[in-house]
Amino acid sequence: MNEYWRDILYGTKSLLIGLKVTGPEFFKPVITEQYPHFVPVMKERFRGHIELTRNEETGGSNCVVCGMCQRACPSSCITVEGEKPEGSKKKVLTRYILDFTKCSLCGSCVESCNFNAIQFSREYNLASTNKSDYIFDLVKRLEEQR
Amino acid sequence: MDTSIWRPILYLIGVMAFAGVNAAWLGWCERKGAGHIQRRIGPKEVGPYGLLQPLADGIKLMTKQLLVPQGVDGILFRVAPVLAMIPAITSMVAIPFSATFHARPIELSVLLIFALASIGMMAILLGGWASNNKYSLISAARSVSQNVAYEIPMLITVITIVMLSGSMNLEEIALQQKGGFWNWYIFPIAGQSIAQAIIMPVSFLIFFTCSVAETNRAPFDMAEAESELIAGHMTEYGSMGFGLFMMGEYLNIVVGACLTAILFFGGWDSPLPFIPSGVLWFVLKIYLLIFTFIWIRWTYPRTQIYKLLNLSWKILIPFSLAILLLTAVFIKIEGILI
Repeated sequence: MNEYWRDILYGTKSLLIGLKVTGPEFFKPVITEQYPHFVPVMKERFRGHIELTRNEETGGSNCVVCGMCQRACPSSCITVEGEKPEGSKKKVLTRYILDFTKCSLCGSCVESCNFNAIQFSREYNLASTNKSDYIFDLVKRLEEQR
Repeated sequence: MDTSIWRPILYLIGVMAFAGVNAAWLGWCERKGAGHIQRRIGPKEVGPYGLLQPLADGIKLMTKQLLVPQGVDGILFRVAPVLAMIPAITSMVAIPFSATFHARPIELSVLLIFALASIGMMAILLGGWASNNKYSLISAARSVSQNVAYEIPMLITVITIVMLSGSMNLEEIALQQKGGFWNWYIFPIAGQSIAQAIIMPVSFLIFFTCSVAETNRAPFDMAEAESELIAGHMTEYGSMGFGLFMMGEYLNIVVGACLTAILFFGGWDSPLPFIPSGVLWFVLKIYLLIFTFIWIRWTYPRTQIYKLLNLSWKILIPFSLAILLLTAVFIKIEGILI
């Protein structure tokens, strides 16, 4: 008989506690993000596809076309091309193609770069039905960002 | 005036409109309530605040084919969804919205409403049986056992109210609780003895639990039980057949809230005597009660069928019987003292 009463008392109490938990939640602000209407900005440490870092002084890229990233990439999705202008000692980047269809975002390219020339972007709206949308021309991207 | 043909016609339109609007927009309320309790927004795309969502849902349901599967009992299968709606709409006739706003004053309105509520359960039974589907049949059996179990304590608590008020007319019962919230049957401190004031809240809890169970709402939605029985009695229904079942469920909630408001919260009576009473108070009370229904649904998980029946037979029925007995004793003592 004792257990019967205890069941009723504790049962009622726990039910009331349940209501007390959910009740205030009703009046709290909504925490979901209304995605297509409000596009959130990704956090600093988000690892999207790679992009070229902009050199603040020259406005161009830091890349010296050493080809380390191309070699470090396990899926060979990076193609770097450069040329040496007349009278210059350094190579200048002309083409940086990332084939994102093969990229697994491992980050080996960023790790291997000694010139701080590539970084992770914070891009995530990448859905497409067209394969060619995922061949990124990063030099063009750098120019567009300017 | 009473014999005029316009009165029934106007009230028919009024009751139908009230029922239809409630059945449609309570779905919206429920989804909004569920959303905000889970810190989501709920429907928001169709119209401002998603207010046109019920229309969109209705159009979608109506454009679908009204499919009657092979092997079902044709007549009963078609009758069941209609039967889910009719008793709920009919019982609206007996509900007094205020002292003057009343479809038809009926002397035994309490009896009528509970009789109709029992018929509402037939919809689930017939729908489940006619579907010729194991899940539906289990759902029908469950809902019958559940309704039988919960009607008993519900009716016993109603009998205590009837004993206190000495009337089976809802209007009369509401009028007796007039003049401030301390006269309402949930806490009758001024009108009755102190002991009565202690047992009446318990009586209210029993009645409210039973009305949640009678309307097949979570946590007592054993008939629907998506995770075990797909959708129970609604499994084979599509299109507006399903829509009618859903609307019937919401209407039952409205009727349950109206009854609770009249029996325990004084109907259209304002909580303080100097504020005028009226229909608005009644509407406010029923929507607060409906909010509680929604709040309860999105707080508790579904119980198991045997726990559900245990709650009724082992706890609610003995308690309601004890309350009935105590009330009778108190009324007798007061009669002797006065």
